[in-house]
Amino acid sequence: MEMYRSHVMICRGTGCTSANSEQIAKNFEEEIKKHGLEKEVVVERTGCFGLCALGPIVIIYPEASFYSLVKPEDVEEIVKEHLVKGRVVKRLLYAESVEEDRIKSINEVDFYKKQVRVALRNCGIINPENIDEYIAFDGYKALAKVLTEMTPVQVIDTVKKSGLRGRGGAGFPTGMKWEFASKSHNEQKYVLCNADEGDPGAFMDRSVLEGDPHSVIEAMTIAGYAIGANQGYIYVRAEYPIAVKRLAIAISQAREYGLLGKGIMGTNFNFDLEVRLGAGAFVCGEETALIASIEGQRGMPRPRPPFPAVKGLFGKPTILNNVETYANICPIFLNGPEWFASMGTEKSKGTKVFALGGKINNTGLVEIPMGTTMREVIYEIGGGCPNGKKYKAAQTGGPSGGCIPASHLDVAIDYENLIALGSMMGSGGLIVMDEDNCMVDIARYFLDFTVDESCGKCTPCREGTKRMLEILERITEGKGEESDIEKLETLAKNIKNSALCGLGQTAPNPILSTLKYFRDEYEAHIRDKKCPAGVCQALLSYTVIDEKCKGCGICAKQCPVSCISGQPKTVYKINSDKCIKCGVCMTKCPFKAIEKK
Amino acid sequence: MSDIAFKEKMEKLEHILEEHKNKQGALMPILHETQELFGYLPEEAQKRISEVTLVPTAEIYGVATFYSRFTLKPRGKYTIGVCLGTACYVKDAQSIMDRLKDELKIKPGDSTDDGKFTLEATRCLGCCGLAPVIMINEDVYGKLAADDIPGILKKYE
Ligand SMILES: Cc1cc2nc3c(=O)[nH]c(=O)nc-3n(C[C@H](O)[C@H](O)[C@H](O)COP(=O)(O)O)c2cc1C
Ligand code: FES
Repeated sequence: MEMYRSHVMICRGTGCTSANSEQIAKNFEEEIKKHGLEKEVVVERTGCFGLCALGPIVIIYPEASFYSLVKPEDVEEIVKEHLVKGRVVKRLLYAESVEEDRIKSINEVDFYKKQVRVALRNCGIINPENIDEYIAFDGYKALAKVLTEMTPVQVIDTVKKSGLRGRGGAGFPTGMKWEFASKSHNEQKYVLCNADEGDPGAFMDRSVLEGDPHSVIEAMTIAGYAIGANQGYIYVRAEYPIAVKRLAIAISQAREYGLLGKGIMGTNFNFDLEVRLGAGAFVCGEETALIASIEGQRGMPRPRPPFPAVKGLFGKPTILNNVETYANICPIFLNGPEWFASMGTEKSKGTKVFALGGKINNTGLVEIPMGTTMREVIYEIGGGCPNGKKYKAAQTGGPSGGCIPASHLDVAIDYENLIALGSMMGSGGLIVMDEDNCMVDIARYFLDFTVDESCGKCTPCREGTKRMLEILERITEGKGEESDIEKLETLAKNIKNSALCGLGQTAPNPILSTLKYFRDEYEAHIRDKKCPAGVCQALLSYTVIDEKCKGCGICAKQCPVSCISGQPKTVYKINSDKCIKCGVCMTKCPFKAIEKK
Repeated sequence: MSDIAFKEKMEKLEHILEEHKNKQGALMPILHETQELFGYLPEEAQKRISEVTLVPTAEIYGVATFYSRFTLKPRGKYTIGVCLGTACYVKDAQSIMDRLKDELKIKPGDSTDDGKFTLEATRCLGCCGLAPVIMINEDVYGKLAADDIPGILKKYE
């Protein structure tokens, strides 16, 4: 590989790409050429750096200067100052990294300080479309070690010893899963990767595939060797075009290098991969539904046993792991299972990637050791809620999970602790909600999601979730009845016990958990017909604040149903019987004299 | 679509079928590529797929209607997907959707009369850091406010 004095790393993950980072990359290349630096400085397009809130992001090495919110027109200055004269452009640096007399390196700023990057180790550091860079960062070294020095049994033992558990949600020990499949005798077996990432608010797997696709390919090949499979499939959501494209590039490069295909690395082990696209069905994230979908059928789950390890894809023994689970495999072989097991808590080893979203300052991707507290993640790394609003809850586990209120923020994150709180680890979506979010509405939102995504095969899920949604809709519309909470609880219990797959079994969780911690909000909706957070339209009324009204009459002119009356220079009044709660008056009032409660 | 254009596409469908027909579980990749070719899954194409793959048309119809990305109706030139994933929802994505409905005068799932836009509600697009987000074909627009919508639509006039 060529040697350069400076590397300009430009994020081409989905977030920064949509903020025009390709233009920034092109401008860099042009300016660098203009100054005749193309033999000294190289521009690299990389995966996600994690701090999506401040994108587009550019990092220049060797100084590790972290430029944030870069605009295409800033590039000229950065090249002239930083790359030609060696003077960092302070004005454009990530504000938190600038101190009076010095500049902090990325690893010192709060957002990165507590993070440990295992699964995301190469994201933002290498160009994902260039296999040589992956190889330069110890890529395919774990595979070489496995194929030349280890037996399949030793491979499985190593994964077992590391304590790695599935990152797709359920937390099943990965080594044990591989062992089951290795013991199923069959000529043909399969290795699958679940990149369906259905949790609406999660983008960890997307970032790994976009930023480091080879780490998944290498790990799947190792899994193939361990269980005795020679074919694998990666099932990716069709909503992720960049990830699909990079995977295709990575697979063809790996084939070219003899790292996929026949006789890998000169051994007699054969393994190949194919990408299959999902088509917008959440339930296909469930393992048996995913298998049906690859087979070309409707993605409906089937009862287990038999487990896929015995009878899976095309009726053959199959293992299925999540993207992030695979992303952890190679480091375990390079650094040893003891190293991996030294991180985390007693029962949850290693790290976990979370996608921070919602009402939080530093939205983005973070990877923390298991056992870090929720408070550290939300306040120290995430920077708390924006605009001085009060934290209300964090939602993990998506439509299968629950929420964590302020009183439990000191929980150490691991599989068991989150379940004990009525939530779950899930795949890693972590959505923060503040005082302006209504928890009944959030429960309604998730139920709406499950009703939409239920495949309809089993009755508890198809009919039961629908009934729960109807009750929640009634409550948010101000038509709730005293007995509704009890009805919800009974339905929830029955659905949990009787649904066919994880989708239905976990569908009641968002309701149960909001009922557990925010029962008073439900009661306010039902008894007082009030929405304390001011979200549920039917329960709000708009009123004029007398002291603030200057009598300009704009509200009356704008109201589409003419329900505001008054004379110029006097206080106006809203007739709440006629009001359709469109909110126009509130947005148009120049004096902020209208409130909704 | 003119008859000639349609015929040409039916011929291209033969290539797709040729490429996939011996694959295990070929139906999903075939449907994806067919939809990309026509913009939707025309009945004639479904029949032809059935003839070659020997999957009954009823089953093809079943699969095509199970997955939300497959559509049996022609779509507009631009598909606008409004993310109603959790991160976007808590940041008021509904107001973006409402504004689009107003501007385009259509409901989610429908297309404008001039065949230009199709409006859809989607699940998480995986760029929650930019919530609320919409995607027009493959372009992502993030950190939106309802008032940004007219300006964005203008770009596609
Ligand atoms: C309704 C439903 C949706 C799921 N969605 C996903 C998903 O999007 N991604 C994922 O990796 N696992 C998902 N799972 C979990 C998978 O069924 C499976 O447990 C997991 O992919 C196994 O991999 P792991 O052991 O590496 O976690 C889902 C499960 C259910 C019940
Ligand atoms: S929730 Fe909208 S992009 Fe993730």
